[in-house]
Amino acid sequence: MDWTIAAFLAADAVQNGTIYALLALALVLVFAVTRVILVPIGELLVFAPLTYVFFLPSGISGLPLQGVIPGTAWLSAGMLAVWAALDRAAPRRAGVLLGGALAVLGLAWWGAHGVPLWLGWILAVLIVFPIGPASYRLFFEPAKNASVLTYLIIAVGLHFAYQGLGLVFFGPEQYRLPAILPGQTPIGSVPINNQAFLVYGFALFCMLGLYGFFTRSLYGKALRACAVNRLGARLLGISPAQAGYVSFGIATLIACVAGMLLAPLIQPAYFQGFLLGLKGFVAGILGGLISYPLAVIGAIVVGGLEAWASFQASAFKDAIVFALLLPILFWRSLRSPEVEEEE
Amino acid sequence: MKRALIGLLALGMGLSLAQQAPLKIGVVVSATGPAASLGIPERNTLVILEEQVNRRGGVAGRPVQFIIIDDASDTTQAVRATRKLIQEDGVLAIIGTTTTPASLGMIDPAAEAGIPVISLAANLEIVAPVDEKRRWIFKTPQTEQQMSTPIVQDMKANGVKTAAYIGFNDAYGEGWAKAFEAAAKEAGITVVASERFARTDTSVTGQILRILSRNPDAVLIGGSGTAPVLPQRTLKERGYKGLIYQTHGVANPDFLRVGGDNVIGTRLPAGPILVFDQLPSSFPNKNVAQSYVQQYEAKYGIGSYSTFGGHAYDAWAILRPALERALKKEQTSNLAAFRKVLRDEIEATKGVVGTHGIFTMSPTDHLGLKFQEAAVMVEVVKGESGKLEWKLVRTFR
Repeated sequence: MDWTIAAFLAADAVQNGTIYALLALALVLVFAVTRVILVPIGELLVFAPLTYVFFLPSGISGLPLQGVIPGTAWLSAGMLAVWAALDRAAPRRAGVLLGGALAVLGLAWWGAHGVPLWLGWILAVLIVFPIGPASYRLFFEPAKNASVLTYLIIAVGLHFAYQGLGLVFFGPEQYRLPAILPGQTPIGSVPINNQAFLVYGFALFCMLGLYGFFTRSLYGKALRACAVNRLGARLLGISPAQAGYVSFGIATLIACVAGMLLAPLIQPAYFQGFLLGLKGFVAGILGGLISYPLAVIGAIVVGGLEAWASFQASAFKDAIVFALLLPILFWRSLRSPEVEEEE
Repeated sequence: MKRALIGLLALGMGLSLAQQAPLKIGVVVSATGPAASLGIPERNTLVILEEQVNRRGGVAGRPVQFIIIDDASDTTQAVRATRKLIQEDGVLAIIGTTTTPASLGMIDPAAEAGIPVISLAANLEIVAPVDEKRRWIFKTPQTEQQMSTPIVQDMKANGVKTAAYIGFNDAYGEGWAKAFEAAAKEAGITVVASERFARTDTSVTGQILRILSRNPDAVLIGGSGTAPVLPQRTLKERGYKGLIYQTHGVANPDFLRVGGDNVIGTRLPAGPILVFDQLPSSFPNKNVAQSYVQQYEAKYGIGSYSTFGGHAYDAWAILRPALERALKKEQTSNLAAFRKVLRDEIEATKGVVGTHGIFTMSPTDHLGLKFQEAAVMVEVVKGESGKLEWKLVRTFR
């Protein structure tokens, strides 16, 4: 391995690491506030760009999809409708939710009948976004005060359900999406895809944004209070349920936008989300699923290790990355206090 | 007049009797799940064939009934479907299934019951070595070994001295690695790198850098579906100028759709049916392939055919004459004995011209294809209309 190769691998490590960092941030956020390990975050990440495919003119996507409403829109609208039915005791909220469900279908119909690329881009994010908070309302909220294990079981179940639905909605093959910024820019001797800069920019924006949100805004402080002590936060008038929606919402938004920005670089398919999410999880574990900065460092470590392994021993690449979990978990289990604050 | 009426009545009764006892053939395909893009054309083909054969009076005067079961690309479901077809439906033979792992799983129940199976999956291990169990198993698609030979021959013709391989880290990629490395060694081509990637990977930069650092004249990418676009795209982005080969696992329109300009110039071995309209008229299976594609497109639309449906067509092309011969020797009411006779007759298949080649089986060869007729070299080119197309480069006859 010489310097050129090392530089190329480093660039690859940063690109992958950034995505893992975004997913790790989202996972840490959701876990800290709700104690849910959001396993299906990878599915949410690929749902958005795959939905976008339906809004592209067939000249770009290469598919005769004109006028077909993507399955994710039905899923999203359906979940909102069920949410409305569950909250029928509060007619105003139920009405808003039903309106949201109809709006999602309307947007999907509009998008499917041909819109400019940028508008289709936004529509895709808007359509997939409700799936996140709705998942919290339908599946996690009814299991209030359940153990972390119960939440994990629900999350894994959701992951399988969404992945199966993804296969039904989008078929087994991958898709090609147009880049917002085509072409490459050389940095030193390494050409970087321009689209990757958007991913970096978004990651930076997310980190600064989350930092500001948690330290400056009242809402962010309330979320942090929830993360530190749910019972105490409730005593002070902070609703843990609402905190759950907000954290799921932010996490879903991060995943959706990250997926949209990443898609032109990876040719998304229904099956790709899970491994991305899992590596984001490994990165989050490096920071104990508590610390945002450690999660980001963890993500860069995972990306770097992956790039190195794919060069040195490609057949064992994923095995090496996931084997990283073992020493980390061992170290954390030695360090972490015996009893957690709640339960 | 009366006599004629009675005659007609008798004829009608005879016909209805014949209709009461159709020849039942079991079919297992992956019409849903990850292998659906292969399984759907296979199922569609058999639907056409059933209709066609019955319209033309069936086999030896008896109608044929295909009992089609979807295994959802899952081995367990394929095995369960096999048992059901054997025990509940009492089928004479089974065609299927689409994927290699599921086909391997079907060997045991088929051998236990003593029923002939014609698999539609690629891997050589399904039919080789022909042992006590695999006596009952046949298949129609070309193996990796048969497709490696034309690749290596094409590489030699293009002056390739060193080659690299990057393939799936699963049974498909490993099978190709083994077959390609053996064929290359025999032909005097040095394989300088052998890398793996996963279908789910979002980056293969590391593997490609390793390949580029060894500077090979050609790279073979061993994957199927649309995932092999990624290494090819990375090679192009990193400025690789040598020849890029793919396997016949990418011979479907989705590969061109996802690959776009990045896959122009890709060379791959494929069943001759992929470029049936460009074959020289002396090519033995040109007409069969052409008529099959016309029938398929007449029912499912222009441009809807893929090479995979051809494997199902070939399975029936082998089974049908074998059934006819077996019906002369044994009653179908004696199920176990009939299946045994049918197995012997399939093994005695000689010179059956299918869409993918000419099948001549033997007790040691349950595929019966020779690569000269079963593979042609194809290149991806940009057509005049700006659309990507498959172009025949050379045949090996």
